[in-house]
Amino acid sequence: MKKLLKNDGFQSLLASLICILLGLLIGYIVLLFINPAGAWEAITTVIKNFLTYNRKDSQLKYLGNTLVKTAPLLMCSLSILFSYKVGLFNIGAAGQYCIGIACSLYCALALKLPWWVCALAAMAGGAVAGSISGLLKSYCNVNEVISGIMLNWIILYLTNMLLNGVKESASPYTKEVAGTSAASVLPTLGLGKLLSDNKYVGLSIPLAILLAVAIWIILEKTKFGYELRATGGNKNAAKYAGMAEKRNIIVTLAISGALAGLGAAMLYLTSYEQWNCSSSSVPGMGFNGIAAAFLGGLNPIGAILSSFFIQHITAGGAYVDKKLYCAQISDLISSFIIYLCGFVFFMKLMMNKRLAKREEAAARKALAEKESKGGEVK
Amino acid sequence: MTLLLQYTLIFASVLILVALGGCFSEHSGVINLGLEGTMLVGAMGGALVMRYLTGSVSTPVLILLVILVSMLAGTIYSSLLAVASIHFKADQTIVGTALNMLGLAGVTVVVKAINTAANPDDVSSIIQYGAARDKFVVKLGNFEFSWFMLVTVILLVTAYVLLYKTKFGLRLMACGEHPQAAASVGISVFKMRWAGVLISGALAGIGGIVFIMAGASEWRFEYGVAGFGFLSLAVMIFGQWKPQRIALAALLFGLFRALSNVYSSFGWLAALNIPSSVYNMMPYIISLIVLAFTSKSSRAPKAEGIPYDKSTR
Repeated sequence: MKKLLKNDGFQSLLASLICILLGLLIGYIVLLFINPAGAWEAITTVIKNFLTYNRKDSQLKYLGNTLVKTAPLLMCSLSILFSYKVGLFNIGAAGQYCIGIACSLYCALALKLPWWVCALAAMAGGAVAGSISGLLKSYCNVNEVISGIMLNWIILYLTNMLLNGVKESASPYTKEVAGTSAASVLPTLGLGKLLSDNKYVGLSIPLAILLAVAIWIILEKTKFGYELRATGGNKNAAKYAGMAEKRNIIVTLAISGALAGLGAAMLYLTSYEQWNCSSSSVPGMGFNGIAAAFLGGLNPIGAILSSFFIQHITAGGAYVDKKLYCAQISDLISSFIIYLCGFVFFMKLMMNKRLAKREEAAARKALAEKESKGGEVK
Repeated sequence: MTLLLQYTLIFASVLILVALGGCFSEHSGVINLGLEGTMLVGAMGGALVMRYLTGSVSTPVLILLVILVSMLAGTIYSSLLAVASIHFKADQTIVGTALNMLGLAGVTVVVKAINTAANPDDVSSIIQYGAARDKFVVKLGNFEFSWFMLVTVILLVTAYVLLYKTKFGLRLMACGEHPQAAASVGISVFKMRWAGVLISGALAGIGGIVFIMAGASEWRFEYGVAGFGFLSLAVMIFGQWKPQRIALAALLFGLFRALSNVYSSFGWLAALNIPSSVYNMMPYIISLIVLAFTSKSSRAPKAEGIPYDKSTR
């Protein structure tokens, strides 16, 4: 038990659980303030999500929908945690995700290219957006957070402009991928059959999980990953050790961007969502990725679980009684969870302090016993 | 042309106020990335005052109350950043980002709840303040002079004096440059950082209300404040953390932002047939270019973003 408590991974898990519980508690309190009568039901609805349905096949179907949106969220959180390990806070993931939407939908709807070309285009778009931030950071000393935010807005308007050419004539939304170019739809691999014939479920989910494992291997088990982490730890030390710190920064943000861009392709090429060409902000997916990355303890495997959780409560928000509350209550909960994630370092410090104190007390006790015993012998 | 001038001045006012906020916080050593969310919370505070009090109090009292409440709302909200970054040594980037998201989600939830409570069919996040807005402007021919412009000038001068001519300002800046040295001469770094963050919250709060009243008579709060908090940070960096330079930078950025609002009224600009998206992009593109050229020789406070630890030197 003591060993377990000392384990860093276990501490992260514990801290994340505390964050989740406190986040839900705050959400509940806010609901109580708005309307005490339905608060308990609303918070349980948010937690239940697809389980609010009674029939088993509807439950499976909506579990499928949650999974379809978990895949892009996982990609965004991988994008953020990958660069965070290298000491970069890639808030531009939201924009890189958005340019991924633009590239994949344009390739699918205007050029009618096969799905894998569309997905590669999305990755390329994200990588270019990421490397712009990287170039600005390494050669012009521009903080990647500020440049990322500026790029988010630039990309939003670019996306609106580009996709305006492939939208439906009667609505601000882009045409449906499935109806326009069947070859551009992601293969389903027959996975939908497992979830009451959910036609959106497919390649994206196993691919995202595979990539999470790949990112873990790259970061922890390869020389390349070690170099990147060393650059994050201390830029000057890395430079002194002969690593190309400028290149590492650019490569990191390019990879991050490609991950986020691919995430967009994973969602939009299933035909699950259409882009609104008069959008006034970038999709929240990239920002929710921050929540998922930190809640997952900045570990790719943890990110799989936390992405599912964040998507689960976000989708659950849609089911609350709209006469009393609004769906944004889940955004409130997940943003509060990110806020609390800022305290994780402190929580771990406290845990370690407590453990050290307890050990010290035990050691003192043992010593005292030994001494008193020694006295008896004399 | 007067319209362009009017929008330039009002947007510049927003940028000056919020960038000064960022300036106070960073001079004390805390990076406030949560300005965007703080603006929104301040805007909500002011908008609610207008919603409930328009008509029942006299104009000067209303103006004063709107300003005070939006500042107060921003101040209270920014204390979330202060607690986390000063006492719990949290990563200021994460907390700031969280505050932006929390601001947007929280304000949307609150405004929707208020609207729905007043009228069960109303599930929008809109607050209307058209009648109150007229009281904030004085028509000088075609030009709409807003009292907020005057308030901005007063606060700009106050900020300059406070930072460079008072004991408080110099101590504040010392905490952002070398907190250990400041502590060694008896300055309480914690107190100074609290002051810096709270002042930034107040300024961002009033900036928020000025922003939503710049050209609209109602605001849909789920739209946020369109990245103005971050534009202000760019203005602050371009202004090298100095109030007088921030004012000039804000005028430049304000001009480009205003262009995207009024370009269609210029015959020759409209004739070029550039999509409106391009004008919308302009302020952000300009700020990226400006940052690329100015960040190399940055005069950023040296200890910003680093939690103060008494035991280090």
